[in-house]
Amino acid sequence: MTTSYQLKRADFIFKYENDWEEILSKCISRTPQELVNELISSELKGRGGAGFPTGLKWKITAEVEDPIKYVICNADEGEPGTFKDREILSMVPYKVLTGMAVCGYVIGAKEGYIYLRGEYFFLQPELNKAIREFEYYCKEINLDFTIRIFMGSGAYICGEETALFESMEGKRGEPRNKPPFPSNSGYMGKPTVINNVETLAHTYTIFKYGAKRFYDLGVQYSRGSKLFSVSGDTPKPGIYELELGMSLADFVEEFGDGDTKAVQVGGASGFLVPRKRFTETAIGFQGKLTGISLPTGGSMMLFNSSRSMFNVLDNYLEFFREESCGQCTPCRVGCQQLLMGIKAVKRGEKKAQYLDKLLRLTDTMKLTAKCGLGQSVANSFSSIVENFREEMIY
Amino acid sequence: MNPVSDLIKSLADQHGRNRHNLLPILQGVVEQEKYLSEYSMIEIARELDLPASEVYGTATFYSFLEYKKMGKYIIRICKTITCSMKGKNQILLAIEDMLKIHVGETTPDGNFSLLQTNCLGFCHKAPAMLINNEVFTDLTPEKVHEILGSYLNKKKEGGSHDN
Repeated sequence: MTTSYQLKRADFIFKYENDWEEILSKCISRTPQELVNELISSELKGRGGAGFPTGLKWKITAEVEDPIKYVICNADEGEPGTFKDREILSMVPYKVLTGMAVCGYVIGAKEGYIYLRGEYFFLQPELNKAIREFEYYCKEINLDFTIRIFMGSGAYICGEETALFESMEGKRGEPRNKPPFPSNSGYMGKPTVINNVETLAHTYTIFKYGAKRFYDLGVQYSRGSKLFSVSGDTPKPGIYELELGMSLADFVEEFGDGDTKAVQVGGASGFLVPRKRFTETAIGFQGKLTGISLPTGGSMMLFNSSRSMFNVLDNYLEFFREESCGQCTPCRVGCQQLLMGIKAVKRGEKKAQYLDKLLRLTDTMKLTAKCGLGQSVANSFSSIVENFREEMIY
Repeated sequence: MNPVSDLIKSLADQHGRNRHNLLPILQGVVEQEKYLSEYSMIEIARELDLPASEVYGTATFYSFLEYKKMGKYIIRICKTITCSMKGKNQILLAIEDMLKIHVGETTPDGNFSLLQTNCLGFCHKAPAMLINNEVFTDLTPEKVHEILGSYLNKKKEGGSHDN
């Protein structure tokens, strides 16, 4: 049977629509239940990379009883190779703000925050202008909802939701133990919905055009479209909205430079896919359709045959070593050892078999690290070392 | 009274004196002073009624909250994978050559500090750098000469180019 995972372009996110006032009023004339059900039936999953069902997240938080709740938009876009959220916030901020306000209405929150990474400080003036205009309209329609920007200060780990709460509370951005989950205890210990920028922008599409329009895009388990940040060895780097479920081979045919050796899907914390696996790899969430299905926050970095995979891994590991919060030992020490280890093998100070030891170390990190950072170092490490072992050694 | 103390007081008035106001206050001091001195951190701790060690612990966690004296313009060059692949090192050399400093150093006149940083989110326009809060992309050594030249001129004219 032929597959239907061809590359399909979509154009929802960046489509200019000047009807946000209408969409917002329409939404708050419906019941929270109706809105949640619409979101659930769209099967929208979190676009930050983890892919948690958005409707379910809203529903769970709505069911918790507390007079104070929060909506947080995660704009701490730090994963190497992703830059879509900045573009959304500068091109169509009102879609994100509307998504936040509707979420506030659904779950019963009156305060929203945008956690904006320090590197995007320059977005602030325009975004604040949009927020003021937005809040003015909320007042007009008697919707009690305010939005503030909270600036980050250059810490990748703060994109992890519980580290982000810690940071907003004025502390070191060290992830918390889960449970409790944010739906019960998030910012200031209150029930909190935290969504990625792109996820909120998609809710706008869903509330405007209906769940079915969104659901009809993509494939089973991976519904809708997604923004992809394309960079590396490609003749057309940039941001593209594509339907989920495409095969990596189709992607490379469109974006490759004719000499693509490997693609890093999902940034430094994602997987490196070598050329021989392009056809069997699909981009989406779980559910094995033809082969491997990789989730992604949308970072797609292409490497051609002029690139040394050792240098790539070395760069990632240096990144992780610096960005590890240092709180738990597997991640703090693990990242350091992995980096020293591959350098030692390259210099010939350690035998090639030492790489197997390092692979076992990443297994341990996957099991024992406290948060996604330490756990996901194994993804890029093992996919690079297993597929390009000789480049690590010689 | 030390001008930093005034600044800290007014930041605390503006943001509030609770623990969750700490980051905006630290950021406010860094925006003005370019770094957090030991004196600033102790003053902030006093203002917010927190142990100074807590302020220090929080401040030193964040890479944009410098705690060593920095120049008026902080240049941060992205060193993550795509920028690295697209010629980050040539950019770095061009700047080192022009300012006669290495990474981690500040020019003797206190105008420029040169740092490397992790992914700035401009991988499609690599290589990229920040000068304070301003972003520059698609860099080439020639372009860097031009950009730094304009900063040097601005300085001579006495004009401010903050943020």
